[in-house]
Amino acid sequence: MRYRLLTAALGATAALTISGPSQATDLEVTHWWTSGGEAAAVAEFAKAFDATGHKWIDGAIAGSGGTARPIMISRITGGDPMGATQFNHGRQAEELVEAGLMRDLTDIAEANNWKEVVHPASLLDSCTLDGKIYCVPVNIHSQQWLWLSHKAFEDAGVPVPTNWDEFVAAAPKLEEAGKIPLAMGQQPWQTSLAFQVLVVALAGQDAYNKIYGDKDAEVAASPELAKVFEAADQARSMAAKSNVQDWNQATNMVITGQAGGQIMGDWAQGEFQVAGQVAGEDYSCLPGLGVNEVIQTGGDAFYFPVLADEEKSAAQADLAALMLSPEVQVAFNLKKGSLPVRGDVDLDAANDCMKKGLDILAKGNIIQSPDQLMSADSLTRVNDLFVEFFNNTSITAEDAQKRFVDIVASAD
Amino acid sequence: MEEARRPNQLFRNLNAKFAAIPMVLTALVVFVGGTIWTIVYSFTDSRLLPRENFVGLAQYERLWSSSKWLISIQNLFIYGVCLLIFSLVIGFILAALLDQKIRFENTFRTIFLYPFALSFIVTGLVWQWILNPQFGIEGVVRSWGWTSFSFDPLYNADIVIYGILIAAVWQSTGLIMCLMLAGLRGIDEDIWKAARVDGIPMWKTYLFIVIPMMRPVFITTLVIIASGIVRVYDLVVAQTGGGPGIASEVPAKYVYDAMFLSQNLGQGFAGSTMMLLSVLIVLIPWAYLEFGGKKRG
Amino acid sequence: MAELTLNYAQGDAATRADALAGPAGPKPRRALSRRNIFIYGTLIVVSMYYLLPLYVMIVTSLKGMPEIRMGNIFSPPVEITFEPWVKAWAQACTGLNCEGLSRGFWNSVRITVPSVVLSIAIASINGYALANWRFKGADIFFTILIFGAFIPYQVMLYPIVILLREMGLYGGLYGLILVHSIFGMPILTLLFRNYFTSLPEELFKAARVDGAGFWGIYFKIMLPMSLPIFVVAIILQVTGIWNDFLFGVVYTRPDYYPMTVQLNNIVNSVQGVKEYNVNMAATLLTGLVPLVVYFVSGKLFVRGIAAGAVKG
Repeated sequence: MRYRLLTAALGATAALTISGPSQATDLEVTHWWTSGGEAAAVAEFAKAFDATGHKWIDGAIAGSGGTARPIMISRITGGDPMGATQFNHGRQAEELVEAGLMRDLTDIAEANNWKEVVHPASLLDSCTLDGKIYCVPVNIHSQQWLWLSHKAFEDAGVPVPTNWDEFVAAAPKLEEAGKIPLAMGQQPWQTSLAFQVLVVALAGQDAYNKIYGDKDAEVAASPELAKVFEAADQARSMAAKSNVQDWNQATNMVITGQAGGQIMGDWAQGEFQVAGQVAGEDYSCLPGLGVNEVIQTGGDAFYFPVLADEEKSAAQADLAALMLSPEVQVAFNLKKGSLPVRGDVDLDAANDCMKKGLDILAKGNIIQSPDQLMSADSLTRVNDLFVEFFNNTSITAEDAQKRFVDIVASAD
Repeated sequence: MEEARRPNQLFRNLNAKFAAIPMVLTALVVFVGGTIWTIVYSFTDSRLLPRENFVGLAQYERLWSSSKWLISIQNLFIYGVCLLIFSLVIGFILAALLDQKIRFENTFRTIFLYPFALSFIVTGLVWQWILNPQFGIEGVVRSWGWTSFSFDPLYNADIVIYGILIAAVWQSTGLIMCLMLAGLRGIDEDIWKAARVDGIPMWKTYLFIVIPMMRPVFITTLVIIASGIVRVYDLVVAQTGGGPGIASEVPAKYVYDAMFLSQNLGQGFAGSTMMLLSVLIVLIPWAYLEFGGKKRG
Repeated sequence: MAELTLNYAQGDAATRADALAGPAGPKPRRALSRRNIFIYGTLIVVSMYYLLPLYVMIVTSLKGMPEIRMGNIFSPPVEITFEPWVKAWAQACTGLNCEGLSRGFWNSVRITVPSVVLSIAIASINGYALANWRFKGADIFFTILIFGAFIPYQVMLYPIVILLREMGLYGGLYGLILVHSIFGMPILTLLFRNYFTSLPEELFKAARVDGAGFWGIYFKIMLPMSLPIFVVAIILQVTGIWNDFLFGVVYTRPDYYPMTVQLNNIVNSVQGVKEYNVNMAATLLTGLVPLVVYFVSGKLFVRGIAAGAVKG
């Protein structure tokens, strides 16, 4: 307690000298960005926030949903909420908002003109419930990438594929050369990620939106989806010999040329960079598997629990506005390796793959993440199904699709 | 003891009753209260937050139609039986060996116990590496020339639970050994003297005299192992995350995932109610045997 | 098996010394040495199984990342570096705070010491009351308590939040200490109760005849005789509470976060670059405190009755 009072006092004196926009106070912020680059990105937020005279009290906890949720809910129901918290936006926080536990940010959004600047607009939509805005989207991460090793294809004597079908066609050659065509970590989330990517890349945006958004069981039973399941079946056999657990071990197989490619989110780029590889020379990235060039506008968002303390509430408002300011957006996203949520900022420092992403974003070829469209509960069932399918060759593509249709029909 | 207590029972037991207040409060408020709370909400459709919207048995129907849950139970059964046998046998043998007045007892004990102190997340990772066919044991043995050697439990859905078992035995037997050792140290030395005088061989003394005398310690051990088995979660998450596929799922993970990942509290509570119910099925007959008949303190 | 008893120990040690000094002796002595080979041989072989992962961790923690990427986990480091250790202890960033594990160390001590003392004190007295001073209804509560040992912690998270809030303890250190004491209670009580039950009844009776009361017997007889079980209890609690992460983050604020929060943050980040060497070093560093406790308290693993509480 003494420590808290002390920091509060320090914060107060700091405010007197800097004369911030409102009364200075400390605000505890919970988030799960703990690895090197992520921490550096958070530091940008904190730096900017501290510069306003407030004090950022950092509550970093690694491990996203499974760890963050019990903490948030305990703190809020225990009557001692944090000042702000990272959360997956979209459907997952709906209930907290409905229960009146989250602060309505609409006035701040209007004052700062978020409706105009946030691009794509769908990001703000998923923060909106009944016309009111409850969260601040801060970045865009996309999962729809196929990372390919140039070395592996050279060794196998085939050109580097430019889309999924070529990749599948090259698989036998890769195997002959002793390579694993598709690297895949065994952790279930990686297999379900791959499936989501296959759906949107091969069946297209419309089918994706109908299935995840409208829960249209007919589309789920359509021949387009049958193709997706066939592709998943192919992916299953291409990855049969992949025997690592972590995603970065799988990425490492691509880096060293032991594997042809990997389906993984844009964070995989960090591994290539650390290994000193250059995009376009040592590795290629194909957004949307090179078929439907779309990226998902999932990402991270911050929520602000309702606080009784007025000073802290004022600090919340300052923080919310600051997170979307152009300077902070650029500084944060460059460190994070993600794309900014404002269309009006420049990212000169971005590399090849990031630029591809920005292009797609500018063209508007974007989809919402499954998190934003489907409840976490239904999504888990979809994921479970695919994970089971991917690891059990006795389930045929047709069987899996049948079960998929059932889940979609009862999903919410 | 019984006789000594009888004359003025109320007065004498006052201290004991006073000493038992924390236990009574914990038992009633936390465990009974919490369990009832859990059971009540397992009949609701609570998602992220508990809410009183009752849906009857819907959560249970879904639970028992989920192949993930069924596999979880099957895994728990295999894992439980094996771990129980292995850790009891190994733990007791190690304790008996350490109890032979050997040198470096403290060192050996610390070696066996150290795994118990290490976080699951990283030990899971290390076991993952050791059991990895490429750069773990299989790879090393093959590089020695035995190229057909195969040992990849974590990557084979049929035997993955045994791969987890290897790490679980590694992690938990140290504690069991300590418990057994403490039990052995509590045995009256006259027993050994008498056995020696009668010329009873060592193994017989252990099997027919010492072990029956250690019954209370064995029960403690049994409960510790069993509760660890029922609640096993971290180890699986750290080693396989439930994979390959859903081959190494366990009930506690199902419950935890339902509660905090799929945001379906009701489903999680239904799962945990089933778990607690099966614990009760074992526990009540045991308690009846232990306390029901004429007992000795 | 004579040497299992302390009374014989000294004489036996002398015999064993003779056996070692002399040449091939008569049958019993040869049996003794063969026995020793068996005992030490078994212990050493088993030790290897226990030490293998530890070896991998230590070796990995001393390598640089490029060397780890090459993938031979058993090979010793070509170039030994202590950087991962320094980084884990003092530099690893968790969010904004780049102070490594050192940041939460004192919080962990502040949480662990009172929790261990309180939980063991409650449980040992409780177990003693249950074993030697049984009263009506005790069995029912005890059975409920054992049942409590099987409840997955996570299921109890929210009810406990409500409980702590109503008691006004939520968010502080005392609440967390209380939670640790509650969850330690089932196993510890069982541990002590069953141990006290297995002690010879005559001791208790003799003390009663001498006029000792509830507390007198506890402190003068039961406590000194049960050192080994206290060690087991300490081992259990120190390990459990020191390594606890979930309760620490759920029931307190960042000011009180234990060291395991930093450990988790270093080790558990899913989508960042994974620094295996720092992970290993951090894990080993966190495990050092329980290790020291194991080693030091191990001296108390004496034979309770021979420790001389009551003679005759």
